Amino acid sequence: MTATAIPNAPAPKRRIDNSLTSGQLPRLFEVYVLAGALIVSGVLFAVLGFSAVGWLVVSAILYLLFVGIFSAVVENRRQAVDRLVRGVVVIAFLLALAPLLSTLIEVISRGAKDALNPAFIFQTGGSHYDPQTFKVTTTIGAWQSVVGTLIITGIATVISVPIGMLTAIYLVEYGRPSHWMNRVVTFLVDVMTGIPSIVAGLFAFSLFTLIFGPKAFSGFSAAIALCVLMIPIVVRSSEEMLKLVSMDLREASYALGTTKFVTITRIVLPTAISGLITGVMISIARVIGETAPIFVAASFTNNFNSNPFANAMSTLPVMAYTGYKFPSTDIQGSYDSAWGAALLLVILVVILNLIARLVARLFAPKGLR
Amino acid sequence: MTESAAPRRMSAKARPSDRIFRSLSTGSAVLIMVILAGVAIFLIAKAAPAIAADWTKGDLASGTTAGHTDFWTYTGPLIWGTIWSAFIGLLMGAPVAIGIALFISHYAPRRISGVLAYLVDLLAAVPSIIFGLWGIFTIRKFLLPFQEWLNAHAGWFPLFGGTPSTTGSTMFAGGVVLAVMILPIITSITREIFLQTPRLHEEAALALGATKWETVRLAVFPYARSGMLSAILLGLGRALGETMAIAMIMSPTLLFSLRLFTDNQNSQTIAANIALNFPESNTLQRDALIGTGLMLFVISLIVNFAARFIIGRTGKTGGSKKKVPALNPTVALALDDAASPLDALHPHASSAHPEGLKPSQPEGPRA
Repeated sequence: MTATAIPNAPAPKRRIDNSLTSGQLPRLFEVYVLAGALIVSGVLFAVLGFSAVGWLVVSAILYLLFVGIFSAVVENRRQAVDRLVRGVVVIAFLLALAPLLSTLIEVISRGAKDALNPAFIFQTGGSHYDPQTFKVTTTIGAWQSVVGTLIITGIATVISVPIGMLTAIYLVEYGRPSHWMNRVVTFLVDVMTGIPSIVAGLFAFSLFTLIFGPKAFSGFSAAIALCVLMIPIVVRSSEEMLKLVSMDLREASYALGTTKFVTITRIVLPTAISGLITGVMISIARVIGETAPIFVAASFTNNFNSNPFANAMSTLPVMAYTGYKFPSTDIQGSYDSAWGAALLLVILVVILNLIARLVARLFAPKGLR
Repeated sequence: MTESAAPRRMSAKARPSDRIFRSLSTGSAVLIMVILAGVAIFLIAKAAPAIAADWTKGDLASGTTAGHTDFWTYTGPLIWGTIWSAFIGLLMGAPVAIGIALFISHYAPRRISGVLAYLVDLLAAVPSIIFGLWGIFTIRKFLLPFQEWLNAHAGWFPLFGGTPSTTGSTMFAGGVVLAVMILPIITSITREIFLQTPRLHEEAALALGATKWETVRLAVFPYARSGMLSAILLGLGRALGETMAIAMIMSPTLLFSLRLFTDNQNSQTIAANIALNFPESNTLQRDALIGTGLMLFVISLIVNFAARFIIGRTGKTGGSKKKVPALNPTVALALDDAASPLDALHPHASSAHPEGLKPSQPEGPRA
């Protein structure tokens, strides 16, 4: 209703200019303060004796302090809080990167000596403790654990993937969302995801000792424990992937007169294949690093054992644990092989994750990416 | 939802392949129920002798379970330690995790936020044994000065009191590692929920002149409150069951203790207790350990039920099915990888968030 108030040009322009910039800090204000905080804290620590962690922590505190004070004085309280929160949130993120970097550096620097040595990978070894004679013999090698890891994880995968995928197919293709069984299974899968890994190990141990008597440690038992952990992951990811397959594709297939079986195997699964494989890879990467359930269900050993149905079996994570927990007389050697096993494990996990990403990229159906 | 049956059922001739496949997949679904029931039944069956046994004589009076009158006096301190350590981890981890989620969803430049999210998810891919080794060789030493300082200056506070540890094998060190381990799970879930905040709510707040933080407080947090709570509970569930890191880092005793900075005065957790004592126990003692494992199972079931209940109660109002993508962040990672099409389901997740309050914001509705 203020049509008559067409203003003369210069006056409002000046006013708008003022309203935009007055009472505001410069655009790169936060960068300046950060640089200032780093320098001040650096000088402080140069005087007191340098420590990288202390330097960064004090810088962060100084930064928050200065940003808050400057902004509160020049701007207002609301802006000050806003800038403070921005700083806090960035610091929280950097805080999360610190353990990631620190862990990786630690594993690589301590494990590289052993893990990158072919003899370590392809030679049976480790510290072997004989409870009867209290004698400890040490050889360097992780072959028994590499084989054990592959066998146990392999069996777990072979069992879990069909069960998990078929359950997902049931949930998405056959079961109706409102049906009681569909709801119960969805709920139970959620519950299963929350089972602590050691409980899964105890379950496998109980199962096998109740059936086959005490000392029923075997790789297969450990694989069953891993299945309990793996199945829900496979169901979850497969379910999400199958739901992504467009309804139109299914209907087009039905319109051609195909049966449900053909529609699922020829249309739905090939469309979702990249996501399904990715989910499987990620689930393998998750259970391959499990220590406690294997430790409980398959015990631990340094003997080479390629028979999953009898006797204790070693895996890389268990080897890393026992190498630290039950070191031989050559403590440093035991620690070294523990770190070597840890690095091998990380390398395996990284490879699995890379394959997952690669598969996701290569086989992604057209139009979905 | 994918409901393939037409409203009016047409009956086609069922072929053998069809029938077999149908029963196979239904059978798998039934198998899930059987497995879960089996877990409960076998744990109870194996633990029952130890729970019912007389702990003052026989196997249970010696070795790892010596000195307890019955199963419950043995499990009590363990349950306390489990909850206490998980709580400490949560106390340190959850705020940071939510901060990270907020940074990734609302503060980081759009172009790199995917990479940043991936970096945090990488934490979930690190096996727990490696966090255990890292905790022993790095974190214990790293935290020592801090612990000594707090103990010297705030020792009157019950949590910080006692004789400070010289090795660093403390509840606090265990809690820090737990916090790191639950970071990715809480972050990935809250991040998803933050991204699902209705765009219009945020723009409305911005249009009223709210700063970014006020927008988050007014629009994002209220929308995501229940999701955040359930994410925290799921993180708690993970922390409760964490075994190796705690078993390796802490030097514990079976007692009720609040102290964070002491050696041998830390409460022990169920999972770590099992891992430490299992190899050197005999049959009945192992049954006792399985009994404690059963307790852990029950506790984590309760926590997970609570988390599910909160999601289930509010899920319909919010972002529907995708509200909690998966319990395990590695799965969320898988979904991120394979399912950028998911973005199509909630387009506001991939559209740029406004940098701030700019007069000439091109996006957003014009009334």
